[in-house]
Amino acid sequence: MSALAERPRFAARIDPLRRLFASPASVLLTIGCLALLVWVLPDLLRFFVFDAVWTANDGLACRAPGAGACWAFVAHKLPYFTYGAYPLAQRWRVDIVFGIGAALLGWVLIPRAPARKFGGGLLLLVYPIFAFVLLEGAPALGLVRVSSDLWGGILATFVVAAFGIFVSLPFGILLALGRRSNLPVLRLASIAFIEFMRGVPMIAVLFMAATMLPLFLPGWLTPDRLLPPLVGVALFASAYMAEVVRGGLQALPKGQSEAAQALGLRFWARQRLVILPQALRLVIPAIANTVIGLFKDTTLVATVGIFDFLRSVDSARLDPHWAGPTITTTAYSFAAIFYFVCCFGMSRYSYYLESRWHP
Amino acid sequence: MSENSPPQDAAVEIDGLDKWYGDFHVLRDINLVVGKGERIVVCGPSGSGKSTLIRCINGLEEHQHGRLVVNGIELRRDPAAIDKVRRNVGMVFQHFNLFSHLTVLENCTLAPMHVRKLPKAEAEDLARRYLARVRLAEQVNKYPAQLSGGEQQRVAIARALCMSPSIMLFDEPTSALDPEMVTEVLDTIVGLAEDGMTMVCVTHEMGFARQVADRVVFMDDGEIVEIDRPEAFFTAPRHERTKLFLSRILR
Repeated sequence: MSALAERPRFAARIDPLRRLFASPASVLLTIGCLALLVWVLPDLLRFFVFDAVWTANDGLACRAPGAGACWAFVAHKLPYFTYGAYPLAQRWRVDIVFGIGAALLGWVLIPRAPARKFGGGLLLLVYPIFAFVLLEGAPALGLVRVSSDLWGGILATFVVAAFGIFVSLPFGILLALGRRSNLPVLRLASIAFIEFMRGVPMIAVLFMAATMLPLFLPGWLTPDRLLPPLVGVALFASAYMAEVVRGGLQALPKGQSEAAQALGLRFWARQRLVILPQALRLVIPAIANTVIGLFKDTTLVATVGIFDFLRSVDSARLDPHWAGPTITTTAYSFAAIFYFVCCFGMSRYSYYLESRWHP
Repeated sequence: MSENSPPQDAAVEIDGLDKWYGDFHVLRDINLVVGKGERIVVCGPSGSGKSTLIRCINGLEEHQHGRLVVNGIELRRDPAAIDKVRRNVGMVFQHFNLFSHLTVLENCTLAPMHVRKLPKAEAEDLARRYLARVRLAEQVNKYPAQLSGGEQQRVAIARALCMSPSIMLFDEPTSALDPEMVTEVLDTIVGLAEDGMTMVCVTHEMGFARQVADRVVFMDDGEIVEIDRPEAFFTAPRHERTKLFLSRILR
């Protein structure tokens, strides 16, 4: 309180209560917001918490008049939401992929973790192959083959999103460098790719990938249902990432590159050691924006027949055992919570990175 | 022109060099030989092409015509030749251009580790030695933004020295500094000059030019107007343009 006494001029800024009622307009806004909360909050709490059905074996309890959200339905369907149609007996493979993925991600994302470079190498080079072999199966290793047509739910969403991020960052960087290159062919090709991908709706890209990708592959290799949308999402996201990265490259003073040149660093060393570390840091908020957008855009793969998380929620809602007036609301609310938690997590992590590098 | 006669051994030979930016003729028929161990100060009004000239010497700018030989290597479009030249030519910029994401020490070890391929420990020893020489031994773990302009410029000098260059180029090293920091940077450069480093320095610090320069080069409109020993240059300039420039700058 002594600080307040010493700086009376700032009292209004420090005391939140006083700030809420500082002027007639503030009073009106404050009262308006309170009224809104009083109006909305009790109903929300009643529906989602107090009147909610937490345990049930079928939809009977949820159909009772006045019943709230049917969380029992979500609990019952959770395996389907997580694995899609992945065979029951093989779901441990998905669990292992999720578990190791989470562990590696934690290792790499925590800046103080030891040997992060090694962890990053594992995550970027070894883990994708490991995950693919384990999920897809390898009869030689005694793992039954599980066609990716059966991958669904959170598994499908994560596979599409992870592949998109994994490809779009490096490919976006290459495209951004290409767009700024002195070589006309490289520059024109990059511009053409970026502008085409940005100029077309993602659904169109997904349909194009589904119909055109088989044309580029040799006849004996028929792509399964998941590959084309994976490629489509990754290419689409790359175009956006390229423009984000280009923004960072443009914002960096020319002197940085010149100083690196004068020291004798060659092009790739210059980019890797001097330019990109600074340019990427400048655009962390925009990268997070793109990644979050990409994560939500993965829901569009449902249009080409992938049962991603949202699509499985959407279809589970139609189960006659659980049919009831609250099921649709519950199902979509759950989907919203899932996407919010994922995206909010990414958003917070990006703020954290920003504060680390721009104290 | 006896003043322009090269000392026995040439570090930089510039012969009939021309450069254009589009239609704009920035450098016109430049002829200059810098001997080993020689200290050249280049001065002239802004836009006279002096910065462009020294940026040609390490290939930051391309020239379109004429010959430019540095340490016996001719600079052409060939990237390998440019790499070789840069390996032995250090440069200090007007705006320091320190790498802001790296500490002072990392700024100095980056090129030794990734160009000269020195092991980290060795590169750090080297960097600490040069940082001590520019009197910044205490600041090695700071980031550039935490240093004053004068300190940043001294780090930039140490960073260039860590590559053990045989030639140092200075592009207006004190123009972006607050007046009270000019001396500390100039003293560092004078120290280098006393050790016999070959240097080409673009600057408006005429006191410095008098003190260290073996020859002063005056440029205007993209050409070399006059080359002379500093005493002669300052006391008895021969060209009208030189006189005009000096009358404006020496007050």
